[in-house]
Amino acid sequence: MKVTVDEDRCCGAGQCVMLAPDVFDQREDDGIVVLLEAEPDAALHGAVREAADVCPAAAITVHEDS
Amino acid sequence: MTLSDPGTGELHYPLPAPDPLDPPKEWAELRDRCPVARVTLPSGDHAQLLTRYDDVKQVLSDPRFPRVGGGQGARISDSGGVFDSDMASVLPQSGPAHQQWRRLVMRWFTARRMTALRPRIEAMADSLIDDMVAQGAPADLKAALGFPLPVWVICTMLGVPDSDRDKFSYWSDTLLNLTRYTREEIVAAQTEFLGYMQVHVRAKREQPGDDLLSELTTEPMADGTLLTDAQLVATGQGLLVAGHETTANMISKMVAMLLADRGRWEQLLADPSLVRTAVEEALRFDANPGIGMPRYIAEDVELTSGALPAGTTVMCSMGAANRDAGAFAGAEEMDLTRSPNPHLSFGSGPHSCLGQALARTELQVTLEVLLRRLPGLDLAVPVDELQRVEGLAVGGLRELPVRW
Repeated sequence: MKVTVDEDRCCGAGQCVMLAPDVFDQREDDGIVVLLEAEPDAALHGAVREAADVCPAAAITVHEDS
Repeated sequence: MTLSDPGTGELHYPLPAPDPLDPPKEWAELRDRCPVARVTLPSGDHAQLLTRYDDVKQVLSDPRFPRVGGGQGARISDSGGVFDSDMASVLPQSGPAHQQWRRLVMRWFTARRMTALRPRIEAMADSLIDDMVAQGAPADLKAALGFPLPVWVICTMLGVPDSDRDKFSYWSDTLLNLTRYTREEIVAAQTEFLGYMQVHVRAKREQPGDDLLSELTTEPMADGTLLTDAQLVATGQGLLVAGHETTANMISKMVAMLLADRGRWEQLLADPSLVRTAVEEALRFDANPGIGMPRYIAEDVELTSGALPAGTTVMCSMGAANRDAGAFAGAEEMDLTRSPNPHLSFGSGPHSCLGQALARTELQVTLEVLLRRLPGLDLAVPVDELQRVEGLAVGGLRELPVRW
């Protein structure tokens, strides 16, 4: 799994950080997403998929094959 | 093509709902047969009501479609209130300027900030429950816990002294109630609130504290400029209005939904790790979320359910969209384990709720503390005797009588 984020789309909802704090964080200045781990461990895949599914700005893309 | 009204005559909005925890029966019918429905608003103006998940999500996510107000789009009600207020007109409502303001304030609502705030919210909830228990059962959980908790939290964030919390409750109520107060009362409350916040902001400039407004007096936006006093005042007002009554009512509705079917409460007692998904499901399943989000369609747009011409006012029913079987399996069932749960209760896109991490934290903490402190919590009246609050832009219950 490979994860990408779109900082311009991000609306800072913070759901991704609540769901997968090892993969996502937010910048302290403005709450915009920071990708901590672009290729997360398999154990985190479920949480990462959920974060992408519920992101209100559709700012997280999960590439399953890579 | 925009579809016509079902049946004959006008469809008056908001729709009547016979039961306190069940949605208006029209929701399912509208989603199926008339997903773009012409409705008459309390003001007498007209709007197109959207009830399908895809349509509501598309309109809310589209940055071209601003909120109504300032003479743009239909008026919601005659009495004023939040939708017709010019309170927010000093803050940029769209585009890069809005994004810059939002990102400045956003730093106070990050997941990390909320985690840090969590113990304080928990202490507030514990203290409110102490008082409720000391008074003895039955009690009104809304008055004892649901209503005060969010206003305490917002006052803390704004650096407002505890002694002024009741004033903040009243001001927020007048701005969000579309029918309870007269136009004069609303104007008087808005004037008083404005005056209070102007003095408060000046005081924070002179003597900054450890709060959001104090920090915003010195923290520049991305372009290097500072918020003006008027913008700081509007920011404080906006946060109260957006964050008080919404969460206050959601606490009572969430607890009511969980107690209405004892199996739900017992499922959480048996496995408190379900609190997170249970909160999301309560947000999705809320049958009384208020009238929805009005938007002005500034340019022609094609939705899945039809075309909307420029100049249309739409009313997005997030509540109806959240029960769309096309988006949620078993949409009419409350499933405390549902995941993922991409409900639209906080909106979607660049204008989705700024305080959603705070709201989630408040709801999760409230539920955790109630499960821990009052495992025997139960409704003190039959479910069908619960009464909806009428006239609120934010839906709620009049009171929530409980025993334990």
